[in-house]
Amino acid sequence: MEPTATSAPTLPRSIEEIRGEFPILAREVHGQPLAYLDNGATAQKPLAVIETLDRYWREQNANVHRGVHTLSEEATELYEDARQTVASHLGADRREVVFVRNATEALNLVAYSWGHTNLTAGDRIVITEMEHHSNVVPWYQVAQEKEAQLDWAPIDAEGRLDLEALAKLLELGPKLVCVTHVSNVLGTINPIEEIARMAHDAGALLVVDGAQAGPKLELDMAALGADFYAVTAHKMYGPTGIGALFGRRELLEAMPPFIGGGSMIRKVSKDLITWADLPAKFEGGTPAIGEAIGFGAAVRWIDELGLPAIHAAEAELTAYALERVAEVPGLTIFGPPAGDDRGGIVSFAMVGVHSHDVSEILDRHGVAVRAGHHCAQVLMERLGVPATTRASFAVYNTRDEVDRLVEALLDARRVFEL
Amino acid sequence: MDELYRDQILEHYKRPHHFGRLDEFDLDFEDSNPFCGDEQHVFLKLDREGKVSEVAFEGQGCAISTAATSLLSDELEGMTREEILALPKDFVLELLGIDISATRMKCAMLGLKVVKGASLGKAADWEDEGEQGDPAEAASL
Repeated sequence: MEPTATSAPTLPRSIEEIRGEFPILAREVHGQPLAYLDNGATAQKPLAVIETLDRYWREQNANVHRGVHTLSEEATELYEDARQTVASHLGADRREVVFVRNATEALNLVAYSWGHTNLTAGDRIVITEMEHHSNVVPWYQVAQEKEAQLDWAPIDAEGRLDLEALAKLLELGPKLVCVTHVSNVLGTINPIEEIARMAHDAGALLVVDGAQAGPKLELDMAALGADFYAVTAHKMYGPTGIGALFGRRELLEAMPPFIGGGSMIRKVSKDLITWADLPAKFEGGTPAIGEAIGFGAAVRWIDELGLPAIHAAEAELTAYALERVAEVPGLTIFGPPAGDDRGGIVSFAMVGVHSHDVSEILDRHGVAVRAGHHCAQVLMERLGVPATTRASFAVYNTRDEVDRLVEALLDARRVFEL
Repeated sequence: MDELYRDQILEHYKRPHHFGRLDEFDLDFEDSNPFCGDEQHVFLKLDREGKVSEVAFEGQGCAISTAATSLLSDELEGMTREEILALPKDFVLELLGIDISATRMKCAMLGLKVVKGASLGKAADWEDEGEQGDPAEAASL
Protein backbone atom coordinates (compact mmCIF):
# COMPACT_ATOMS: atom_id res chain seq x y z
CA MET A 1 0.00 0.00 0.00
CA GLU A 2 1.28 3.42 -0.85
CA PRO A 3 1.60 5.88 1.99
CA THR A 4 -0.85 8.74 1.78
CA ALA A 5 0.49 12.22 1.43
CA THR A 6 -1.07 13.28 4.72
CA SER A 7 0.37 10.54 6.92
CA ALA A 8 2.61 11.99 9.60
CA PRO A 9 6.02 10.40 10.16
CA THR A 10 5.85 8.00 13.07
CA LEU A 11 8.34 7.27 15.83
CA PRO A 12 10.28 4.00 15.47
CA ARG A 13 9.41 2.93 19.03
CA SER A 14 6.31 3.17 21.19
CA ILE A 15 5.96 6.05 23.61
CA GLU A 16 6.15 3.50 26.47
CA GLU A 17 9.49 2.24 25.18
CA ILE A 18 10.78 5.78 24.78
CA ARG A 19 9.66 6.70 28.30
CA GLY A 20 11.46 3.60 29.56
CA GLU A 21 14.73 5.08 28.29
CA PHE A 22 14.39 8.00 30.73
CA PRO A 23 15.00 6.72 34.28
CA ILE A 24 13.86 9.98 35.91
CA LEU A 25 10.35 9.62 34.48
CA ALA A 26 9.82 6.72 36.89
CA ARG A 27 10.16 8.89 39.99
CA GLU A 28 7.44 10.36 42.12
CA VAL A 29 6.94 13.95 43.30
CA HIS A 30 4.73 14.57 46.35
CA GLY A 31 3.56 10.97 46.10
CA GLN A 32 2.40 11.40 42.50
CA PRO A 33 4.04 10.10 39.34
CA LEU A 34 6.16 12.86 37.82
CA ALA A 35 4.56 14.63 34.84
CA TYR A 36 7.53 16.57 33.54
CA LEU A 37 6.22 19.46 31.44
CA ASP A 38 9.17 21.83 31.84
CA ASN A 39 11.14 20.70 28.81
CA GLY A 40 11.53 24.25 27.55
CA ALA A 41 13.76 24.82 30.59
CA THR A 42 15.69 21.58 30.18
CA ALA A 43 14.85 18.15 28.80
CA GLN A 44 15.40 14.90 30.69
CA LYS A 45 18.22 12.62 29.57
CA PRO A 46 17.88 9.19 27.93
CA LEU A 47 20.06 6.22 28.89
CA ALA A 48 21.93 6.65 25.59
CA VAL A 49 23.30 9.94 26.95
CA ILE A 50 23.68 8.90 30.60
CA GLU A 51 25.61 5.76 29.64
CA THR A 52 27.85 7.64 27.21
CA LEU A 53 28.78 10.12 29.94
CA ASP A 54 29.31 7.32 32.46
CA ARG A 55 31.58 5.43 30.07
CA TYR A 56 33.57 8.55 29.28
CA TRP A 57 34.23 9.42 32.94
CA ARG A 58 34.99 5.82 33.88
CA GLU A 59 37.08 4.72 30.91
CA GLN A 60 38.01 7.47 28.47
CA ASN A 61 38.72 10.72 30.36
CA ALA A 62 41.78 12.70 29.22
CA ASN A 63 42.47 16.19 27.91
CA VAL A 64 42.06 16.74 24.18
CA HIS A 65 44.41 17.98 21.45
CA ARG A 66 47.43 17.67 23.79
CA GLY A 67 48.88 14.44 25.04
CA VAL A 68 50.45 11.87 22.80
CA HIS A 69 49.08 8.96 24.73
CA THR A 70 46.27 6.53 24.12
CA LEU A 71 43.66 8.09 26.39
CA SER A 72 44.23 11.58 25.04
CA GLU A 73 43.99 10.31 21.49
CA GLU A 74 40.77 8.47 22.31
CA ALA A 75 39.26 11.50 24.04
CA THR A 76 40.26 13.76 21.14
CA GLU A 77 38.69 11.39 18.64
CA LEU A 78 35.46 11.18 20.65
CA TYR A 79 35.33 14.96 21.07
CA GLU A 80 35.86 15.60 17.37
CA ASP A 81 33.40 12.81 16.47
CA ALA A 82 30.82 14.65 18.57
CA ARG A 83 31.55 17.84 16.63
CA GLN A 84 31.10 15.96 13.36
CA THR A 85 27.79 14.53 14.62
CA VAL A 86 26.52 18.00 15.51
CA ALA A 87 27.82 19.42 12.22
CA SER A 88 26.10 16.72 10.17
CA HIS A 89 22.90 17.28 12.14
CA LEU A 90 23.06 20.98 11.23
CA GLY A 91 24.06 20.35 7.63
CA ALA A 92 27.29 22.23 8.31
CA ASP A 93 31.02 21.76 7.89
CA ARG A 94 32.77 20.73 11.13
CA ARG A 95 34.89 23.90 10.97
CA GLU A 96 31.68 25.91 11.22
CA VAL A 97 30.67 24.34 14.55
CA VAL A 98 32.14 25.93 17.68
CA PHE A 99 31.51 24.23 21.01
CA VAL A 100 30.36 26.71 23.66
CA ARG A 101 28.72 26.39 27.07
CA ASN A 102 25.18 27.10 25.93
CA ALA A 103 23.12 29.16 23.48
CA THR A 104 23.71 32.26 25.60
CA GLU A 105 27.47 31.93 25.19
CA ALA A 106 27.05 31.31 21.46
CA LEU A 107 25.11 34.57 21.06
CA ASN A 108 27.59 36.44 23.26
CA LEU A 109 30.42 35.13 21.11
CA VAL A 110 28.82 36.68 18.03
CA ALA A 111 28.01 39.93 19.84
CA TYR A 112 31.54 40.35 21.15
CA SER A 113 33.62 38.98 18.32
CA TRP A 114 31.56 39.99 15.28
CA GLY A 115 29.89 42.98 16.97
CA HIS A 116 33.04 44.61 18.25
CA THR A 117 34.72 44.26 14.88
CA ASN A 118 31.86 45.27 12.63
CA LEU A 119 29.58 47.70 14.48
CA THR A 120 30.16 51.43 14.65
CA ALA A 121 28.19 54.43 15.92
CA GLY A 122 24.80 54.79 14.28
CA ASP A 123 24.60 51.18 13.07
CA ARG A 124 21.29 49.43 13.63
CA ILE A 125 20.49 45.96 14.97
CA VAL A 126 16.98 44.50 14.69
CA ILE A 127 15.78 42.23 17.50
CA THR A 128 12.22 41.06 18.18
CA GLU A 129 9.76 41.47 21.02
CA MET A 130 9.69 37.71 21.56
CA GLU A 131 13.42 37.26 22.28
CA HIS A 132 14.76 35.51 25.34
CA HIS A 133 17.12 37.76 27.32
CA SER A 134 20.03 35.76 25.89
CA ASN A 135 19.27 37.28 22.48
CA VAL A 136 18.64 40.75 23.93
CA VAL A 137 21.27 41.51 26.55
CA PRO A 138 24.41 40.84 24.44
CA TRP A 139 23.06 43.15 21.70
CA TYR A 140 22.10 45.81 24.23
CA GLN A 141 25.61 45.67 25.66
CA VAL A 142 27.44 45.90 22.34
CA ALA A 143 25.00 48.57 21.09
CA GLN A 144 25.69 50.68 24.19
CA GLU A 145 29.41 50.37 23.75
CA LYS A 146 29.39 51.05 20.01
CA GLU A 147 26.59 53.64 20.13
CA ALA A 148 24.56 51.46 17.81
CA GLN A 149 20.77 51.42 17.80
CA LEU A 150 18.46 48.51 18.70
CA ASP A 151 15.19 48.33 16.74
CA TRP A 152 12.43 46.09 18.12
CA ALA A 153 10.41 44.12 15.57
CA PRO A 154 6.88 43.73 16.99
CA ILE A 155 4.64 40.67 17.25
CA ASP A 156 1.01 40.56 16.16
CA ALA A 157 -2.03 39.82 18.33
CA GLU A 158 -1.62 36.04 17.99
CA GLY A 159 2.05 36.10 18.88
CA ARG A 160 3.57 35.84 15.42
CA LEU A 161 6.38 38.06 14.24
CA ASP A 162 4.95 40.98 12.27
CA LEU A 163 6.83 40.53 9.00
CA GLU A 164 5.50 43.77 7.46
CA ALA A 165 6.83 45.73 10.41
CA LEU A 166 10.10 43.83 10.12
CA ALA A 167 10.32 44.79 6.45
CA LYS A 168 9.93 48.44 7.44
CA LEU A 169 12.75 48.17 9.95
CA LEU A 170 14.91 46.52 7.29
CA GLU A 171 14.48 49.61 5.14
CA LEU A 172 16.54 51.46 7.76
CA GLY A 173 19.53 49.35 6.71
CA PRO A 174 20.47 47.34 9.81
CA LYS A 175 23.70 45.36 9.84
CA LEU A 176 22.20 42.51 11.82
CA VAL A 177 18.85 40.84 12.46
CA CYS A 178 18.58 38.70 15.63
CA VAL A 179 15.58 36.41 15.98
CA THR A 180 14.55 33.30 17.84
CA HIS A 181 13.55 30.25 15.78
CA VAL A 182 10.95 29.06 18.31
CA SER A 183 9.64 31.40 21.03
CA ASN A 184 10.24 29.99 24.51
CA VAL A 185 6.97 31.56 25.72
CA LEU A 186 4.59 31.64 22.76
CA GLY A 187 5.71 28.48 20.99
CA THR A 188 5.69 30.46 17.74
CA ILE A 189 7.88 28.92 15.03
CA ASN A 190 9.31 31.81 13.05
CA PRO A 191 9.74 31.46 9.25
CA ILE A 192 13.53 31.61 9.32
CA GLU A 193 14.01 30.96 5.56
CA GLU A 194 11.81 33.92 4.74
CA ILE A 195 13.38 36.15 7.39
CA ALA A 196 16.85 35.19 6.09
CA ARG A 197 15.88 36.21 2.55
CA MET A 198 14.46 39.50 3.82
CA ALA A 199 17.54 40.23 5.95
CA HIS A 200 19.99 39.32 3.19
CA ASP A 201 18.09 41.37 0.60
CA ALA A 202 18.47 44.32 2.97
CA GLY A 203 22.20 43.63 3.34
CA ALA A 204 21.96 42.39 6.95
CA LEU A 205 23.28 39.20 8.52
CA LEU A 206 20.90 36.89 10.40
CA VAL A 207 21.58 35.53 13.91
CA VAL A 208 19.16 32.83 15.07
CA ASP A 209 18.59 31.66 18.65
CA GLY A 210 17.80 27.98 18.17
CA ALA A 211 17.67 27.00 21.85
CA GLN A 212 14.03 25.86 21.67
CA ALA A 213 14.16 24.72 18.03
CA GLY A 214 17.05 22.29 18.64
CA PRO A 215 14.93 19.48 20.12
CA LYS A 216 11.97 20.11 17.81
CA LEU A 217 12.91 20.95 14.24
CA GLU A 218 15.14 19.62 11.49
CA LEU A 219 17.91 22.15 11.10
CA ASP A 220 19.69 22.51 7.78
CA MET A 221 21.82 25.62 7.92
CA ALA A 222 22.05 25.99 4.14
CA ALA A 223 18.28 25.71 3.72
CA LEU A 224 17.52 28.03 6.64
CA GLY A 225 19.97 30.65 5.46
CA ALA A 226 21.11 31.67 8.94
CA ASP A 227 24.55 33.27 9.17
CA PHE A 228 24.87 32.36 12.85
CA TYR A 229 22.76 29.79 14.70
CA ALA A 230 22.92 28.92 18.41
CA VAL A 231 21.86 25.63 20.01
CA THR A 232 22.21 24.20 23.51
CA ALA A 233 22.58 20.51 24.31
CA HIS A 234 20.57 20.31 27.51
CA LYS A 235 17.31 21.18 25.80
CA MET A 236 18.14 18.47 23.20
CA TYR A 237 18.21 15.61 25.76
CA GLY A 238 21.94 16.18 26.31
CA PRO A 239 24.06 17.46 29.22
CA THR A 240 24.21 21.01 30.54
CA GLY A 241 27.35 23.07 30.02
CA ILE A 242 27.67 22.42 26.29
CA GLY A 243 26.14 23.96 23.20
CA ALA A 244 27.17 24.91 19.72
CA LEU A 245 27.47 27.99 17.59
CA PHE A 246 27.14 27.53 13.86
CA GLY A 247 28.72 30.35 11.88
CA ARG A 248 29.29 30.61 8.15
CA ARG A 249 32.92 29.81 7.56
CA GLU A 250 33.94 33.05 5.88
CA LEU A 251 32.38 35.01 8.76
CA LEU A 252 34.12 32.96 11.44
CA GLU A 253 37.43 33.16 9.54
CA ALA A 254 37.27 36.94 9.61
CA MET A 255 36.31 37.25 13.29
CA PRO A 256 38.79 37.69 16.15
CA PRO A 257 38.85 35.14 18.99
CA PHE A 258 36.37 35.53 21.85
CA ILE A 259 38.28 33.92 24.72
CA GLY A 260 42.07 33.89 24.76
CA GLY A 261 44.10 31.04 26.23
CA GLY A 262 45.29 27.54 25.51
CA SER A 263 44.13 25.60 22.44
CA MET A 264 43.10 28.66 20.46
CA ILE A 265 46.54 29.78 19.28
CA ARG A 266 48.80 28.75 16.45
CA LYS A 267 51.97 30.30 17.87
CA VAL A 268 52.74 32.55 20.82
CA SER A 269 55.91 34.62 20.99
CA LYS A 270 56.67 37.68 23.10
CA ASP A 271 55.45 40.12 20.50
CA LEU A 272 53.23 38.15 18.15
CA ILE A 273 50.41 35.69 18.67
CA THR A 274 48.67 33.99 15.78
CA TRP A 275 45.36 32.17 16.02
CA ALA A 276 44.54 28.53 15.53
CA ASP A 277 42.39 27.40 12.61
CA LEU A 278 38.63 27.06 12.92
CA PRO A 279 36.98 26.02 15.10
CA ALA A 280 39.79 25.87 17.69
CA LYS A 281 40.25 29.66 17.40
CA PHE A 282 37.04 30.06 19.39
CA GLU A 283 37.62 27.30 21.94
CA GLY A 284 40.16 28.73 24.38
CA GLY A 285 40.94 26.58 27.41
CA THR A 286 40.08 22.97 28.12
CA PRO A 287 36.58 22.45 26.74
CA ALA A 288 33.68 20.54 28.32
CA ILE A 289 34.93 17.30 26.80
CA GLY A 290 32.64 14.73 28.41
CA GLU A 291 29.65 17.03 27.92
CA ALA A 292 30.48 17.51 24.23
CA ILE A 293 30.64 13.74 23.80
CA GLY A 294 27.30 13.48 25.63
CA PHE A 295 25.92 16.15 23.26
CA GLY A 296 26.97 13.95 20.34
CA ALA A 297 25.15 10.99 21.91
CA ALA A 298 22.02 13.11 22.37
CA VAL A 299 22.06 14.23 18.75
CA ARG A 300 22.48 10.64 17.57
CA TRP A 301 19.55 9.64 19.78
CA ILE A 302 17.38 12.43 18.32
CA ASP A 303 18.41 11.58 14.76
CA GLU A 304 17.64 7.92 15.33
CA LEU A 305 14.08 8.81 16.40
CA GLY A 306 13.89 11.34 13.59
CA LEU A 307 12.97 14.99 14.08
CA PRO A 308 10.01 14.88 11.66
CA ALA A 309 8.46 12.15 13.83
CA ILE A 310 9.35 13.96 17.08
CA HIS A 311 7.83 17.16 15.71
CA ALA A 312 4.68 15.37 14.54
CA ALA A 313 4.20 13.71 17.96
CA GLU A 314 4.69 17.01 19.79
CA ALA A 315 2.41 18.89 17.39
CA GLU A 316 -0.33 16.34 17.99
CA LEU A 317 0.08 16.61 21.78
CA THR A 318 0.22 20.42 21.61
CA ALA A 319 -3.05 20.57 19.68
CA TYR A 320 -4.62 18.30 22.32
CA ALA A 321 -3.18 20.43 25.14
CA LEU A 322 -4.44 23.70 23.63
CA GLU A 323 -7.90 22.14 23.35
CA ARG A 324 -7.92 20.73 26.90
CA VAL A 325 -6.38 23.75 28.64
CA ALA A 326 -9.02 25.96 27.00
CA GLU A 327 -11.61 24.02 29.04
CA VAL A 328 -10.26 25.53 32.27
CA PRO A 329 -12.24 28.68 33.11
CA GLY A 330 -10.39 31.94 33.60
CA LEU A 331 -7.29 31.11 31.57
CA THR A 332 -5.70 33.41 29.03
CA ILE A 333 -3.68 31.30 26.60
CA PHE A 334 -0.86 32.96 24.67
CA GLY A 335 0.61 32.21 21.26
CA PRO A 336 -0.72 31.15 17.87
CA PRO A 337 -3.42 28.46 17.53
CA ALA A 338 -2.34 24.87 16.87
CA GLY A 339 -0.78 24.53 13.45
CA ASP A 340 2.42 24.33 11.49
CA ASP A 341 3.88 27.42 13.13
CA ARG A 342 3.17 26.36 16.72
CA GLY A 343 5.78 24.39 18.67
CA GLY A 344 5.15 22.33 21.80
CA ILE A 345 4.95 25.21 24.28
CA VAL A 346 1.71 26.34 25.96
CA SER A 347 1.85 29.47 28.13
CA PHE A 348 -1.11 30.82 30.01
CA ALA A 349 -2.18 33.11 32.84
CA MET A 350 -4.94 32.27 35.30
CA VAL A 351 -7.03 35.31 36.21
CA GLY A 352 -6.76 35.87 39.96
CA VAL A 353 -3.89 33.46 40.60
CA HIS A 354 -0.22 34.34 40.16
CA SER A 355 1.81 31.93 38.04
CA HIS A 356 3.99 31.02 41.02
CA ASP A 357 0.97 29.92 42.98
CA VAL A 358 -0.33 27.97 39.98
CA SER A 359 3.04 26.27 39.63
CA GLU A 360 3.22 25.47 43.35
CA ILE A 361 -0.20 23.80 43.30
CA LEU A 362 0.62 21.91 40.09
CA ASP A 363 3.80 20.64 41.75
CA ARG A 364 1.76 19.08 44.57
CA HIS A 365 0.06 17.07 41.82
CA GLY A 366 3.44 15.94 40.49
CA VAL A 367 3.11 18.24 37.47
CA ALA A 368 6.30 20.22 36.78
CA VAL A 369 5.87 23.45 34.79
CA ARG A 370 7.71 26.76 34.60
CA ALA A 371 6.36 29.92 36.18
CA GLY A 372 7.66 33.45 35.84
CA HIS A 373 8.76 35.84 33.15
CA HIS A 374 10.77 33.18 31.26
CA CYS A 375 13.68 35.60 30.76
CA ALA A 376 11.46 37.46 28.30
CA GLN A 377 10.42 40.61 30.16
CA VAL A 378 9.92 42.67 27.00
CA LEU A 379 7.46 40.04 25.80
CA MET A 380 5.70 39.96 29.20
CA GLU A 381 5.21 43.72 28.92
CA ARG A 382 3.85 43.29 25.39
CA LEU A 383 1.44 40.59 26.61
CA GLY A 384 0.44 42.77 29.56
CA VAL A 385 1.20 40.20 32.27
CA PRO A 386 3.95 40.07 34.90
CA ALA A 387 4.44 36.35 34.41
CA THR A 388 2.94 33.27 32.82
CA THR A 389 2.76 29.56 33.58
CA ARG A 390 4.30 27.43 30.84
CA ALA A 391 3.87 23.78 29.96
CA SER A 392 6.44 22.66 27.41
CA PHE A 393 6.50 19.24 25.83
CA ALA A 394 9.08 16.69 24.80
CA VAL A 395 8.80 13.50 22.79
CA TYR A 396 8.07 11.44 25.93
CA ASN A 397 5.01 13.40 27.09
CA THR A 398 1.54 11.86 26.93
CA ARG A 399 -2.11 12.84 26.76
CA ASP A 400 -2.49 11.43 30.26
CA GLU A 401 0.02 14.01 31.51
CA VAL A 402 -1.91 16.78 29.78
CA ASP A 403 -5.09 15.52 31.47
CA ARG A 404 -3.30 15.66 34.83
CA LEU A 405 -2.20 19.23 34.07
CA VAL A 406 -5.82 20.19 33.44
CA GLU A 407 -7.02 18.46 36.64
CA ALA A 408 -4.33 20.28 38.63
CA LEU A 409 -5.33 23.62 37.09
CA LEU A 410 -8.93 22.99 38.13
CA ASP A 411 -7.65 22.24 41.63
CA ALA A 412 -5.77 25.57 41.66
CA ARG A 413 -9.08 27.28 41.03
CA ARG A 414 -10.64 25.35 43.92
CA VAL A 415 -7.78 26.28 46.28
CA PHE A 416 -8.16 29.94 45.35
CA GLU A 417 -11.94 29.63 45.68
CA LEU A 418 -12.57 30.80 42.11
CA MET B 1 -1.18 21.66 50.38
CA ASP B 2 -3.83 23.92 51.71
CA GLU B 3 -1.56 24.68 54.65
CA LEU B 4 0.28 27.10 52.31
CA TYR B 5 -2.89 28.59 50.90
CA ARG B 6 -4.92 28.57 54.10
CA ASP B 7 -7.73 31.05 54.58
CA GLN B 8 -5.70 33.82 56.18
CA ILE B 9 -3.21 33.89 53.31
CA LEU B 10 -5.92 33.82 50.64
CA GLU B 11 -7.90 36.50 52.45
CA HIS B 12 -4.89 38.84 52.52
CA TYR B 13 -4.09 38.01 48.88
CA LYS B 14 -7.58 38.72 47.61
CA ARG B 15 -8.21 41.72 49.84
CA PRO B 16 -4.82 43.07 50.90
CA HIS B 17 -4.86 45.59 53.74
CA HIS B 18 -3.57 49.13 53.08
CA PHE B 19 -3.57 48.48 49.33
CA GLY B 20 -3.19 51.62 47.22
CA ARG B 21 -1.16 54.82 47.33
CA LEU B 22 -0.87 57.70 49.80
CA ASP B 23 -1.33 61.18 48.36
CA GLU B 24 0.98 62.57 51.00
CA PHE B 25 3.85 60.56 52.34
CA ASP B 26 7.31 60.99 53.79
CA LEU B 27 8.99 57.79 52.61
CA ASP B 28 8.43 55.49 49.69
CA PHE B 29 10.31 52.72 47.96
CA GLU B 30 9.74 50.42 45.03
CA ASP B 31 11.47 47.13 44.31
CA SER B 32 10.92 43.93 42.44
CA ASN B 33 11.75 40.30 42.83
CA PRO B 34 13.79 39.46 39.72
CA PHE B 35 13.06 35.77 40.25
CA CYS B 36 9.37 36.13 39.40
CA GLY B 37 8.85 39.76 38.43
CA ASP B 38 6.77 40.63 41.51
CA GLU B 39 6.76 44.38 42.14
CA GLN B 40 5.80 46.34 45.22
CA HIS B 41 5.76 50.05 46.01
CA VAL B 42 5.30 51.09 49.65
CA PHE B 43 4.40 54.54 51.04
CA LEU B 44 4.94 55.60 54.66
CA LYS B 45 3.74 58.77 56.41
CA LEU B 46 5.47 59.72 59.65
CA ASP B 47 4.10 61.71 62.59
CA ARG B 48 6.03 64.42 64.45
CA GLU B 49 7.81 61.85 66.58
CA GLY B 50 9.01 60.06 63.48
CA LYS B 51 6.63 57.13 63.93
CA VAL B 52 4.66 55.61 61.06
CA SER B 53 1.16 57.10 61.04
CA GLU B 54 -0.06 55.84 57.69
CA VAL B 55 1.03 53.05 55.35
CA ALA B 56 0.01 51.93 51.90
CA PHE B 57 1.40 49.61 49.27
CA GLU B 58 0.61 48.69 45.72
CA GLY B 59 2.01 46.28 43.18
CA GLN B 60 1.48 42.86 41.76
CA GLY B 61 2.59 39.55 43.07
CA CYS B 62 1.82 36.04 44.15
CA ALA B 63 -0.30 35.05 47.13
CA ILE B 64 2.74 34.75 49.38
CA SER B 65 4.32 38.12 48.61
CA THR B 66 1.01 39.99 48.66
CA ALA B 67 -0.20 38.37 51.90
CA ALA B 68 3.18 38.88 53.58
CA THR B 69 3.19 42.61 52.82
CA SER B 70 -0.46 42.96 53.76
CA LEU B 71 0.18 41.28 57.13
CA LEU B 72 3.29 43.40 57.64
CA SER B 73 1.41 46.60 56.83
CA ASP B 74 -0.90 45.93 59.79
CA GLU B 75 2.09 46.04 62.15
CA LEU B 76 3.93 49.13 60.97
CA GLU B 77 1.90 51.94 62.52
CA GLY B 78 3.73 53.45 65.48
CA MET B 79 7.12 52.09 64.44
CA THR B 80 10.14 54.31 63.89
CA ARG B 81 12.50 53.91 60.94
CA GLU B 82 15.06 52.39 63.28
CA GLU B 83 12.53 49.86 64.54
CA ILE B 84 11.59 48.91 60.97
CA LEU B 85 15.25 48.45 60.05
CA ALA B 86 15.69 46.16 63.03
CA LEU B 87 12.86 43.82 62.04
CA PRO B 88 14.13 40.27 61.52
CA LYS B 89 12.97 37.82 58.88
CA ASP B 90 11.13 35.78 61.51
CA PHE B 91 8.85 38.74 62.19
CA VAL B 92 7.26 38.23 58.76
CA LEU B 93 7.45 34.43 58.89
CA GLU B 94 5.57 34.42 62.20
CA LEU B 95 2.91 36.72 60.74
CA LEU B 96 2.51 34.31 57.82
CA GLY B 97 2.45 31.34 60.20
CA ILE B 98 3.26 28.80 57.47
CA ASP B 99 6.35 26.97 56.29
CA ILE B 100 8.03 28.86 53.46
CA SER B 101 10.26 26.88 51.12
CA ALA B 102 13.65 28.25 50.07
CA THR B 103 12.33 29.08 46.60
CA ARG B 104 9.40 31.08 47.99
CA MET B 105 11.47 32.93 50.62
CA LYS B 106 12.12 35.83 48.23
CA CYS B 107 8.35 36.16 47.75
CA ALA B 108 7.76 36.23 51.52
CA MET B 109 10.55 38.77 52.10
CA LEU B 110 9.76 41.24 49.30
CA GLY B 111 7.53 43.45 51.46
CA LEU B 112 10.05 43.56 54.30
CA LYS B 113 12.75 44.46 51.83
CA VAL B 114 10.70 47.29 50.35
CA VAL B 115 9.64 48.64 53.75
CA LYS B 116 13.26 48.62 54.89
CA GLY B 117 14.23 50.31 51.63
CA ALA B 118 11.73 53.08 52.35
CA SER B 119 13.15 53.51 55.85
CA LEU B 120 16.69 53.58 54.60
CA GLY B 121 16.15 55.58 51.42
CA LYS B 122 17.92 52.96 49.34
CA ALA B 123 17.76 49.26 48.64
CA ALA B 124 18.23 47.19 51.80
CA ASP B 125 20.00 44.17 50.45
CA TRP B 126 21.03 41.40 52.68
CA GLU B 127 23.43 38.63 51.92
CA ASP B 128 21.04 35.74 51.58
CA GLU B 129 17.29 35.80 51.40
CA GLY B 130 17.14 32.03 51.59
CA GLU B 131 17.55 29.99 54.72
CA GLN B 132 20.25 32.08 56.33
CA GLY B 133 20.68 35.81 56.24
CA ASP B 134 19.42 38.28 58.78
CA PRO B 135 17.73 41.37 57.35
CA ALA B 136 17.90 42.95 60.81
CA GLU B 137 21.63 43.27 60.29
CA ALA B 138 21.37 44.45 56.71
CA ALA B 139 21.33 48.11 57.31
CA SER B 140 21.02 50.79 59.89
CA LEU B 141 20.61 54.53 59.68
